[in-house]
Amino acid sequence: MPAVNLGTNLSDHDALYEALVRLHDGLSDEESLRLWARLTLILMNHIGDRDVLLAAMEKARKG
Amino acid sequence: MANVTGIPVYKKIGATPVPVTAHDQARVVIVGAGPVGLALALDLGRRGQPVTVLNRLDFVAHCSKAICFSKRSLDILDRLGAGDAAVEKGVTWNVGKVFWGASESPIYQFDTLPVKDQKRPGFINIQQYYIEEYLLDGCRALPNIDIRWGHTVDAVTALNDGAELTVTAVDGSYKLRADWIVACDGARSTVRDKLGLDFEGRVFEDNFLIADIRMKHEMPAERWFWFDPPFNPGRSALMHKQPDDVWRLDFQLGWNIDREAATRLENVEPFIRAMLGENLEFEREWYSVYSFQCRRMARFVHGHVIFAGDAAHLVSPFGARGCNGGLADADNLGWKLDLVLNGEADESLIETYNLEAVATADENILNSTRSTDFLTPKSKASQALRDAVLELAKEHAFARPFVNSGRLSTAVSYAESPLSTPDEDAWEGGVAPGMPVLDAPLADGWLLDELGNHFVLLACGGDQPVPPSVRLVALEPNGLAAQRLGLMPGASVLVRPDQYVAARWQQPTPTAVETALRRAKGETLCLQ
Repeated sequence: MPAVNLGTNLSDHDALYEALVRLHDGLSDEESLRLWARLTLILMNHIGDRDVLLAAMEKARKG
Repeated sequence: MANVTGIPVYKKIGATPVPVTAHDQARVVIVGAGPVGLALALDLGRRGQPVTVLNRLDFVAHCSKAICFSKRSLDILDRLGAGDAAVEKGVTWNVGKVFWGASESPIYQFDTLPVKDQKRPGFINIQQYYIEEYLLDGCRALPNIDIRWGHTVDAVTALNDGAELTVTAVDGSYKLRADWIVACDGARSTVRDKLGLDFEGRVFEDNFLIADIRMKHEMPAERWFWFDPPFNPGRSALMHKQPDDVWRLDFQLGWNIDREAATRLENVEPFIRAMLGENLEFEREWYSVYSFQCRRMARFVHGHVIFAGDAAHLVSPFGARGCNGGLADADNLGWKLDLVLNGEADESLIETYNLEAVATADENILNSTRSTDFLTPKSKASQALRDAVLELAKEHAFARPFVNSGRLSTAVSYAESPLSTPDEDAWEGGVAPGMPVLDAPLADGWLLDELGNHFVLLACGGDQPVPPSVRLVALEPNGLAAQRLGLMPGASVLVRPDQYVAARWQQPTPTAVETALRRAKGETLCLQ
């Protein structure tokens, strides 16, 4: 059992995707990058599980 | 105007002479003999209404235009008697595949018909002119449908109880006074223009090339879509099979291009050869460059002038929501206009066409806009997000539902319709009011074929008292149809003439059915 859930765990993907795109409306590239960072930190805190976060980081790095 | 140069002819018809009177009259005038106008004409004609159709051209044009006809559209064509011809000629498909880069295996695939055992498939591909021809065959068999070819609307005057048109044909002009006008005259609607009405919404800065070509090619009947393929780097492409060995190829071109030059043979053919091979043998069928908008009119009903199809709303083609959305309009309007013309319903029923067709257009525009934003990212952030989705989707299931190459047209639910009676009983599953009936096999045929053109009460186990204008259709308890509708013995569903559920009960009383029927005919409307 992998620590990080990579199966489908959301519904209404299109609406969430749209919200994520809209979030960047009017931002410069630098501001966008900072926004991604803030969002990641907020979500990390919410998840609150070190093993899951490290596994997720490894997956994200691999692409 | 007749004989417009530059538009290829599929079927010559010839100009219709102007009427002998300079002041002609009609109950319903439909402007535009495209698929939407013809579907509405045929629906009203089959209901016995006299209908006059005006068409600017005096022939059926030989352009593929719309090619993907959804299951819901096939259900509508079935009701109009044109479904079998369409499905027999068309290429049936259900599966869409999405590719990324040079990889030959898809990163994502979807099935447009998740519930099997229905009469019609998720989609057929067929050239628009075939659909027009089948609808036209139906119209021409009815003496009460008068199609006037080569008749152009020059002026529109809205009146309280109708409208007056000034119409010009090759041999003169005349006035045409109608109780109701339905404008199905396309994206550049003359009627909309003459009334000074416009669209609201977004215009997208991108161009796409359609190359419909004739060739011998082996590929499954599926929708194939590429992000960033080697033959159109950094952009998208689509490939789709049509009847007669015709294939639709669609290439994203970008915004700053010479549109005029883009459809020239020497510019189109390199795209085709890069995709399918240098030595490919093919013939040109139809080349066209388009950009698109996701926009609609604020209202589709303006007094006795009603708008339907592209005249009322525009979407991007990704999702096949243009023509299918237009056929949904015709389907929604036909029975309502029929009841109003017969004096069986108040004019305010037409206002519910406005509500329901606007809801449909909004859902189509929402889906189409989201697809477009995925296909053509507008910023570095959205480009990074899109590419991350594609990257992750190769390996991880969670990312695949984000992949959006067009969310294909399905029947729209009228969740807020004032014609629906909200559920009072508890239900597990089934089809809620405001949704179309789900098809199912019956002992000898299909459920949707049983519904016909008028109100129906589907009763599990049968033997329900029904009002005189409602036909009773008994469903076998525990049969697949009853299961899909969530019906236990004794339960029933009131179905509108357009196959949408109006109300349902676990144990209906005659009064409840009568009340729901009156509501579905707009008798108890409370419109803001």
